[in-house]
Amino acid sequence: MISRRSFLTGVAATVAVGSLAACGKKNNGTGGGKTVTLGFSQVGSESGWRSANTTSIKDAAGAAGINLKFSDAQQKQENQIQAIRDYITQKVDVISFSPVVSSGWDTVLKEAKAAKIPVILTDRQVDADASLWVSLVGSDFEAEGERAAHLLEKVLGQSSGPVNIAVLEGTTGSAPATQRAAGFKKVMDASHPEWKIVASQTGNFTRDGGKQVMAAFLQSHPEANVLFAHNDDMALGAIQSIQAAGRKPGTDIKIVSIDGVHDGFVAMTQGQINAIAECNPLLGPQLMDTVKKVLAKQSVEKWIKTQESDFLAADAASALPNRKY
Amino acid sequence: MSLTSWRRLTRHQLFWPATILVALLLFNLPFTPGFLAVGVRNGHLYGSLVSILVFGTPLILVALGMTMVIATGGIDLSVGAVMAISGALACSYISRQPDQNAVTAALTAVALALVVSLLLGAWNGLLVARAGVQPIIATLVLMVAGRGIAQLITGGFIITVQSRPYQTIGGYLFTLPTGVFIAVAAVVGTLAVTRRTALGLLVESVGGNAEASRLAGVRAQRITILVYVFCALCAGVAGLMNSSNLANADANNAGLWIELDAILAVVIGGTPLTGGRFSLGGTVLGALILQTLKTTIYTIGVPSQANMVFEAAVVIIVCLIQSPDFRRRATAPFRGGTRTGSPPVRQPAGVDTPVEARP
Repeated sequence: MISRRSFLTGVAATVAVGSLAACGKKNNGTGGGKTVTLGFSQVGSESGWRSANTTSIKDAAGAAGINLKFSDAQQKQENQIQAIRDYITQKVDVISFSPVVSSGWDTVLKEAKAAKIPVILTDRQVDADASLWVSLVGSDFEAEGERAAHLLEKVLGQSSGPVNIAVLEGTTGSAPATQRAAGFKKVMDASHPEWKIVASQTGNFTRDGGKQVMAAFLQSHPEANVLFAHNDDMALGAIQSIQAAGRKPGTDIKIVSIDGVHDGFVAMTQGQINAIAECNPLLGPQLMDTVKKVLAKQSVEKWIKTQESDFLAADAASALPNRKY
Repeated sequence: MSLTSWRRLTRHQLFWPATILVALLLFNLPFTPGFLAVGVRNGHLYGSLVSILVFGTPLILVALGMTMVIATGGIDLSVGAVMAISGALACSYISRQPDQNAVTAALTAVALALVVSLLLGAWNGLLVARAGVQPIIATLVLMVAGRGIAQLITGGFIITVQSRPYQTIGGYLFTLPTGVFIAVAAVVGTLAVTRRTALGLLVESVGGNAEASRLAGVRAQRITILVYVFCALCAGVAGLMNSSNLANADANNAGLWIELDAILAVVIGGTPLTGGRFSLGGTVLGALILQTLKTTIYTIGVPSQANMVFEAAVVIIVCLIQSPDFRRRATAPFRGGTRTGSPPVRQPAGVDTPVEARP
């Protein structure tokens, strides 16, 4: 007589085999060379920039006929690692993700490599062995900092007098904040020893942060006549504080920032921001190109930089209607 | 001043929070000589003290609601999410109006946001009081889900509004920050309702022992629901102040981590987390201390990497000074009469007795 336990085990085994078979069938359908499946894990939806980035990737995948599996990590690395593991289990053709933080990726990337699934990073870099990922599609934050410094040169033009810079930094320890600061400093050290950073503090990339920190700076460093903000949102918050202090943003205090979000462009048309170094979130098409090249075994560059431009207040009005984020 | 009246003063529950606040303000003077100066710019008051009030009033509001919840022995982690939802609703409503400057549009937006805040508070209250879920878990649900709801409302984008009437809430009224009027009204109103009627006593009795209060005839469940609704309403108002001040709704960052600041403000103000007692005046001072600390970090130029460490160090010192037990031990070697090593009779819960007016 079959014992009850072995009967149950048998049922469980049958179910397990059945579901495995189902999985196998599904994977044969998608991985069989007709449609390409891309598993993408997004950081979250923490800003307008990020939303534009997500939209661009989804639209580009649709246009390129790529089957996109999208997941939102809600700013947590463990969610992202889980999503990547799911993609490995589902045997997608390519995995792509924007790392939440830069460290702690070795294990999961090795798992992807063992499953022979190529990994493409977007937007941010990781501190992991370079053999574990194929390519990075993203911005060069250090170059953005350098471009911001060169924009400031243009804004200041021939005007003489002291240049006292207040800096609103991004989230402490984040790659864009560290590298934008480094790029800006590089240009300063190389060609503008007369520029002086009088105050520097994090505004956490938010308008609220930019507004509060700038209100304090205006009290403690009234001599500041230039503001360099690591993103537009902080500059927009700072503008409100400058106005509340009875000073004129863009005139009394020159403002240079990075990103190029819609509201930033609007402020530029009003002369409140003097220049913006663009950080382009619309990297969807470049990512899909790379996915196709990688699957076709073509060689790709290790770092595919996103196409970005610089804007001065004079160009803002004509560029504004074409801004997508 | 005689020794006894000095003792009575230092025994007053608000003495230490007030002293710390004044000390923190004075600490800024060597770094920013004009720190305490208040001038007029663009027809409104201007200065560091005014900035502290403008940016600190939302925290005062949130901490006020949190005090009542903590007095019942509960906690509300969802205040930041409620702030985000309230701001998101108001701004997305206004941004859809043909004339953003219409007063009726602003009023409708405010009413909409506050009604939804009330509902969210009722949800928290029902979960805690009726379903018997632990407050920290019950409100964690809304803390996580609420931000998602706010993101759905804004579509993931920052919604900017250009509504003059709406911006008054976080702006200036009769040269003063409007937030000051709102905060004063809220604090005085709450003081009157809790200390001039039996309500405060009932809240404290629920916090002391909900079951015993119920058996004694107090409608404990109803009181519990009431404090969560009040707390969410305060958070909703704070959300309006914050989004109006910035003229936008940022679902991801509005009120982010404010629940922690609010709990800290309540504790610094002398309300024990165990419930059963509360001090509204202490909470207001606690919130002002935290906002002044933030401003201090920005003005004295603490490097970004050291912000948290500096803040934590000050908060620990503040909490230690606040503890009568610690003060007793620290000053024991310098006092005559009392033998060191054997502390005098301990007061329950280790906090000075409140001396606010009782019914």
